[in-house]
Amino acid sequence: MFFTSYFQHHGLPYGWAWTLSQGIVIVFFELILALSVALFILADRKIWAAVQLRRGPNVVGAFGLLQTIADALKFFFKEVIVPAGANKVLFLLGPLITATLAFAAWAVVPVSAGWVVANINVGILYIFAISSLGVYGVIVAGWASNSKYAFLSALRAAAQMVSYEVSIGFVLITVLLFAGSLNLSAIVMAQANGWFLFTILFPMAIVFFISTLAETQRPPFDLLEAESELVAGFMVEYSSTPFLLFFLGEYMNVIMLCGLFAVLFLGGWLPLWSIWPLTLIPGVVWFILKLLFVFFCNSMVKAFVPRYRYDQLMRLGWKVFLPLSLLWVVLTAGWVMLFPHGIWTALAQGGG
Amino acid sequence: MLLQTIAFYLFAAVLVASAVMVIAGRNPVHSVLFLILAFFNAAGLFVLLGAEFLAMILVIVYVGAVAVLFLFVVMMLDVDFAELKRGTLQYIPVSLVVGGVLLAELIFAGAAWRLSPAASHALASANPAHLTNTEALGRILYTDYVYYFQIAGLVLLVAMIGAIVLTLRTRPGVRRQSIRAQVRRYASDTLVVVDVKPGQGA
Repeated sequence: MFFTSYFQHHGLPYGWAWTLSQGIVIVFFELILALSVALFILADRKIWAAVQLRRGPNVVGAFGLLQTIADALKFFFKEVIVPAGANKVLFLLGPLITATLAFAAWAVVPVSAGWVVANINVGILYIFAISSLGVYGVIVAGWASNSKYAFLSALRAAAQMVSYEVSIGFVLITVLLFAGSLNLSAIVMAQANGWFLFTILFPMAIVFFISTLAETQRPPFDLLEAESELVAGFMVEYSSTPFLLFFLGEYMNVIMLCGLFAVLFLGGWLPLWSIWPLTLIPGVVWFILKLLFVFFCNSMVKAFVPRYRYDQLMRLGWKVFLPLSLLWVVLTAGWVMLFPHGIWTALAQGGG
Repeated sequence: MLLQTIAFYLFAAVLVASAVMVIAGRNPVHSVLFLILAFFNAAGLFVLLGAEFLAMILVIVYVGAVAVLFLFVVMMLDVDFAELKRGTLQYIPVSLVVGGVLLAELIFAGAAWRLSPAASHALASANPAHLTNTEALGRILYTDYVYYFQIAGLVLLVAMIGAIVLTLRTRPGVRRQSIRAQVRRYASDTLVVVDVKPGQGA
């Protein structure tokens, strides 16, 4: 690391130099992320508008580029209203949990070869752990609001997130069986000879995509803010900056899961084909392109799929995805045992 | 090393403090939230020990699944714990005796404990021979002790089936959605377009 050696050069011991440089990297990374969220929100609204033959935000800044920033400023300058019956500490803790976890999950996502804040051995488990903690932001907010709509919505959200985490967990197991590692960079490198999307993991990619929609409460699974029934979900009582934190956290989660999809199934920072002109493009660009593609699919789903009913959502999670992904874990394990060097090598040996 | 020491004392202090708050808190929801904080700090201690797999599993299983259920139950039941605790003072002598006996037993057992030299060697290097955490645990669970693991799994399966059997009830007269029937239905099966002439309709 550049910063580590710089600080060591100035007489700091390795531990402190490493901590300082890591701090700098984290601040940079999260700053870029937080700023890019503004553009992602705009892109989401623009795509949504285009499907509905509208123009979308186009007044603030060129093409409405500054719209999200204007919205954010509006939220900042509003008064924070804490309801009289609310549990004050938990009421403010809820959005903080959501936003902090959304930032924390990015720590292990590899943006390019070696470009990762924390290259830990159990990266995929870390992401799973952080996303399973996301439930608490919602439950705490719903409970602390002391409003029945918020509480009902929080219960719905918690049940939904816990249910779909089960199938996400099994999908992750199939991927790591294929890659043979829990480290996200190693998973990307395992796809050097072919993305996992084009293996027998293809159905799992679809399950993962739909489960991430449910996990982040994106339409068609945005039951917790079904405005016809629950006003605006668990955030009814929130205003100003706490609401902004929820909004930010939600979008950060969506983008993180899109990035995770790119890492798990689309080969992360690897180019489309490793041939000459394509390998010149830096890995970050590939990663961002893939992330954008998944995000585009995500927005399109939001634009044209009608909302599920709650029992249908639970049915899909427990009766369709769970058995399917369980079966696929067994299948994948068998496949990996049968063809330890990949199907193409096995076929070539069998044919030759 | 100084950084690790700071991190250790931070995690340990928060862990102990939140563990105390779990039993001292008046509001049961706060107790569960402090329990979660305690789990989280225990996971931090695991990371410091170099057992990152255990740390993540602790967070996923206990914080992500078990504590959510605790929180659900506590929030839904609306138990007045202050009312429940009112009579507890008269039981304090009994609980002190039981606690004292347990503490004494622990001290005796701890004093008589002899670590084998192999164990202290294993403690010094938690990961045997350049294996990652996950590999080392997997080898022990799925290779060395696979039968015990399977038996434990079967016991859990039986417990799960037992719980389902005990709570399953089929009420008569419940209308359920049959997706198959819905998908197989066509408009032509059920709809008839009738051209009613003026003055003829019933």
